[in-house]
Amino acid sequence: MTSMLSRAIRSLPATSTWAVRFSARSFSCSPLSHAAVQPKSKKTLAKNGVKNIVVVDGVRIPFLQSGTSYADLMPHDLARASLQGLLNRTNVPKEVVDYIVYGTVIQEVKTSNVAREAALGAGFSDKTPAHTVTMACISSNQAMTTGVGLIASGQCDVVVAGGVELMSDVPIRHSRKMRKTLLSLNRAKTLGQRLALFAKIRPDYFAPELPAVAEFSTSETMGHSADRLAAAFAISRVEQDEYALRSHTLARKAQDEGLLTDVVPFKVPGKDMVIKDNGVRPSSMEQMGKLKAAFVKPYGTVTAANSSFLTDGASAVLIMSEEKALAMGYKPKAYLRDFVYVSQDPKDQLLLGPTYGTPKVLERAGLTLADIDVFEFHEAFAGQILANLKAMDSDWFAQNYMGRKSKVGAPPLEKFNKWGGSLSLGHPFGATGCRLVMTAAHRLKKEGGQYGVVAACAAGGQGHAMIVELYPQ
Amino acid sequence: MAAAVRAIGSLTRFTAAAKYCPPRRAGLPGYACRNVASSSSLQARTHVNYDVKGDVAVVRFNSPDSKVNTLSKQLQSEFTEVMNEIWANEAVKSAVLISAKQGCFIAGADINMIESCKTTQEVTQLSQEGQKMFEKLEKSPKPIVAAISGSCLGGGLEVAISCQYRVATKDKKTVLGTPEVLLGLLPGAGGTQRLPKLVGLPAAFDMMLTGKNIRADRAKRMGLVDQLVDPLGPGTKSPEERTIEYLEEVAIGFARGLANKTVSHKREKGLVQKLTDYALAIPFVRQQIYKTVEKRVQKQTKGLYPAPLKIIEVVKTGLEQGSEAGYLSESQKFGELAMTAESKALTGLYHGQVQCKKNKFGAPKQEVKTLAVLGAGLMGAGIAQVSVDKGLTTILKDTTLEGLGKGQQQVFKGLNDKVKKKNLTSFERDTILSNMTGQLDYKGFDKADMVIEAVFEDLSIKHKVLKEVEAVVPPHCIFASNTSALPISQIAAASKRPEKVIGMHYFSPVDKMQLLEIITTDKTSQDTAASAVAVGLKQGKIIIVVKDGPGFYTTRCLGPMLAEVVRVLQEGFDPRKVDALSTGFGFPVGAATLIDEVGVDVAAHVAEDLGKAFGQRFGGGNVELLKRMVEKGFLGRKSGKGFYVYQQGVKNRSVNSSMDEILAQFKVPSRPEVCTDEDIQLRLVTRFVNEAAMCLQEGILSNPVEGDMGAVFGLGFPPCLGGPFRYADSLGAKQLVDKLRKYEAVYGNQFTPCQLLLDHANDASKKFHH
Repeated sequence: MTSMLSRAIRSLPATSTWAVRFSARSFSCSPLSHAAVQPKSKKTLAKNGVKNIVVVDGVRIPFLQSGTSYADLMPHDLARASLQGLLNRTNVPKEVVDYIVYGTVIQEVKTSNVAREAALGAGFSDKTPAHTVTMACISSNQAMTTGVGLIASGQCDVVVAGGVELMSDVPIRHSRKMRKTLLSLNRAKTLGQRLALFAKIRPDYFAPELPAVAEFSTSETMGHSADRLAAAFAISRVEQDEYALRSHTLARKAQDEGLLTDVVPFKVPGKDMVIKDNGVRPSSMEQMGKLKAAFVKPYGTVTAANSSFLTDGASAVLIMSEEKALAMGYKPKAYLRDFVYVSQDPKDQLLLGPTYGTPKVLERAGLTLADIDVFEFHEAFAGQILANLKAMDSDWFAQNYMGRKSKVGAPPLEKFNKWGGSLSLGHPFGATGCRLVMTAAHRLKKEGGQYGVVAACAAGGQGHAMIVELYPQ
Repeated sequence: MAAAVRAIGSLTRFTAAAKYCPPRRAGLPGYACRNVASSSSLQARTHVNYDVKGDVAVVRFNSPDSKVNTLSKQLQSEFTEVMNEIWANEAVKSAVLISAKQGCFIAGADINMIESCKTTQEVTQLSQEGQKMFEKLEKSPKPIVAAISGSCLGGGLEVAISCQYRVATKDKKTVLGTPEVLLGLLPGAGGTQRLPKLVGLPAAFDMMLTGKNIRADRAKRMGLVDQLVDPLGPGTKSPEERTIEYLEEVAIGFARGLANKTVSHKREKGLVQKLTDYALAIPFVRQQIYKTVEKRVQKQTKGLYPAPLKIIEVVKTGLEQGSEAGYLSESQKFGELAMTAESKALTGLYHGQVQCKKNKFGAPKQEVKTLAVLGAGLMGAGIAQVSVDKGLTTILKDTTLEGLGKGQQQVFKGLNDKVKKKNLTSFERDTILSNMTGQLDYKGFDKADMVIEAVFEDLSIKHKVLKEVEAVVPPHCIFASNTSALPISQIAAASKRPEKVIGMHYFSPVDKMQLLEIITTDKTSQDTAASAVAVGLKQGKIIIVVKDGPGFYTTRCLGPMLAEVVRVLQEGFDPRKVDALSTGFGFPVGAATLIDEVGVDVAAHVAEDLGKAFGQRFGGGNVELLKRMVEKGFLGRKSGKGFYVYQQGVKNRSVNSSMDEILAQFKVPSRPEVCTDEDIQLRLVTRFVNEAAMCLQEGILSNPVEGDMGAVFGLGFPPCLGGPFRYADSLGAKQLVDKLRKYEAVYGNQFTPCQLLLDHANDASKKFHH
């Protein structure tokens, strides 16, 4: 009841700004474009002298909770599966692909350029170069925009971009002392020298070094930062649980209705065919309410149930210049338009990337929030999403921290992550970006919209936002 | 409901108005306003107020017109009123105590309140009133949670530990402690009785006897606080504002939990804690602890400070004879201590510190943002370290790569030690260091707002660098010289713009020594002085500003004393004996050791220079003795040998036996009539005090407070005596002059009392401090 009320109030100013914008534009624009400015047939974002870049299609293997069916695989196996899925889906001839870029976060040391290993295994031409990028949770966004850059600058026509993460297995290292000893051992020439080195080893040398989802600069875990962020924006436990429940409910609904068409099945050797994401579990407020705080103990608000879980998965998209796609007879799904990367204080604003990125990308594209039909934001934590929504809706925050005159406004929830999000579908760090773009494209088509905004936060206090435009049907 | 809200609204407006009207009226205006306010049924309280959130009362401390809350009489009485209302209000089930100020819970008792007491009984009564109030808090039927953000010290901590539960922000500003001992007092409102129960006897002694500040995370580990709250970043309010709100919300949650018994205030004890508790239950073990602690205190204070011993006694009384006896003893001893000369001296230093942390020249026209330091030696690197870690962009320049490397390593080590102590993260250390550049040339000096030179103490070298610097710096740039004895006007003689030249005399080690002596010449402009003081304050220094002259103030006072030390050594006293006598008087470092620390070459240099400037008065010991030592390579600690032999890793250093020969060569007959232990101590100290008084007489010093601060914080003058001027007051100028005359009769004019002291001796009403 109250939420309905507040929604009604929120949509009120939105419509009025919309009206203002139209009137303003009609004065400033040339007569030609004036005719084009009509509701539901907005102008396109093509720019003079800039190539139109399209995403032909994209796929992902099902996102699984870590430690389940993908547990025994290696990261390049997942990436390979996504590449093969893309080949099957698009039938793109392998030799046409000019370049492959993958994003990943926790690197398997044996396959540090996982893009190359996966491409070779997926049967791509060994003449196609591949590299791997990393930018925390926006690694595959970085992979895609790297591809966009290569095409826009005329270096390539066809790029495959993707991302992969395998949290079931992470590199656990020996302690530095032990590593140092072992490395010295390589240089030891005589048995005596070797024995002397062995004699130096103490029990504490055997303590392993585990990777943590923590900021290097602040040593704070992301969950802890998320809890502080939620507190900073005064977001209650109940609000967070409600949002998480919404994510799971919507994801389940999308699964049941068969909307998640980017998912391709993956036959895991020695195991059953994996056909869908396994982390979607709509629960009840009562059950979620029972959980204890996971990071800020005992009184924090971020719990296992309102955070994204450790996930294994991989994704891939086929990006081309529009000309090339059309020449090859493709019907692309969407244009990849303006994008921005932002960064801010990694301590207190670690997860506010979308707040900073969204207004910036809208300005670049000459759009307002009201022009956007589909929002696909990465859900790291329910508290993080709600904090971003509040921050975007705060003039105070915009003025004091973003150097803006006024707020951009919060995306309305009826356009927001309607097919679930990272909280429910899962979040393989390196692979989420491609999922967001494909979901935005699919939703635009299904919901009859034109513009979508994809946004995500990332460790290091960074963020990304991109405009996805539906390819004219 | 709405009407009620409006009524409260207008009431707060009235209170706010009441708060602001006092400064406009003379006399005691606060009272006038308060009478009006309290005559209505709804009191307008100015220090404490509260509101009720559901079933939890939130009590807010907010001393008006002050950055900090202090337990003044008014705050206490309002607090009592508020608590009585809360206890009487049946709708309230629990309470939260919090400060409305950012960065301060309660900083302690009102020192002026204690100082204004004339008798032991008055102070004892103050203590007992506090005890009574806090006992009511402790026994409160409704659980009380202290929500601590910022300093929670002294009486503030005593309030907090009387509560049933404590929640603190995990912020660098949040510190808990019992600094009373630093004022020569003891925690007089139940602290001595409650603290041992809360954190255990050893930790309680540690806190009360050192007075050190404890950060929130450590307080949590000790059991001093029950929960921590992380500071928040920006939300839809400023980080500070929201953090306080959040602290309040969390504290309310715990208050509610305590009231409905879903939260327990008993904390789980670890194995070590359990074992310690078990051991402390045995009377014999406790006795051993008292003995050990007492012995250590005796050793460290030489019995010169009564407060630590009384603290031990009071804690002991409480534990061995029950809390009633403990509380009684606490209040009585508190009263006694407040009347001691030591407490008055230490309190004087506290006030001096406050005074010397202000910029009496006002804000400089242009803030110093980029600072260049010339010379990467011990001093230069130290200055660079305390500057760069306060956010100044710092250039460290030396002439050799080797010297520069050493300096950079010193800065790194200084910061890295903080990382090891967890005062900094390694990341913060790196970020700080990124603001410092080490170089051999004058690149970037065109952006320098201030240059501090710490090159070799030689006038021609100082002139050379001054000219080099003036060729490259912008017109507004200030040139400061870190010298311990060269007159600044002589250095400035080579300058094209002497109004921009000033002296900044740092003390070694720069990152540990709190004092900065700033020296102005006749030509130094006010703005230059303002800038130098502003930089010093930023560096965290206590600042005295003195006039130029040979040795300025600090070096000049030290000169005669060290001359006397040399004479005493020449008279055949062992360096150990001299050290024991000076530390026995309260100096933190023995006088012979001090020469080794300063450097024998530096001491010889200064002694010679000052001897030339002041003549006979600076005589006594033979400078040739020091020069001989320099020739032999006995430069003190830095060369491994001086009066003592210094070896790495050897704690008990031995007397340098090669010195016997030199000492024998310079031996003079001792004069038995002035060679008792007390006489030797007084020979050292009276010369110091006499010279200090002369500095005031000549206008080198502008006031006795700065004289006391400089002597205590720069030269280690016994803090229990409060500095040379307070010592002159408390001993009596007459007494002092008598002693000087006695030694004058033996040694001549080195002991001739100065006119100012004579004036004070002739008129008992004349005091340096009032």
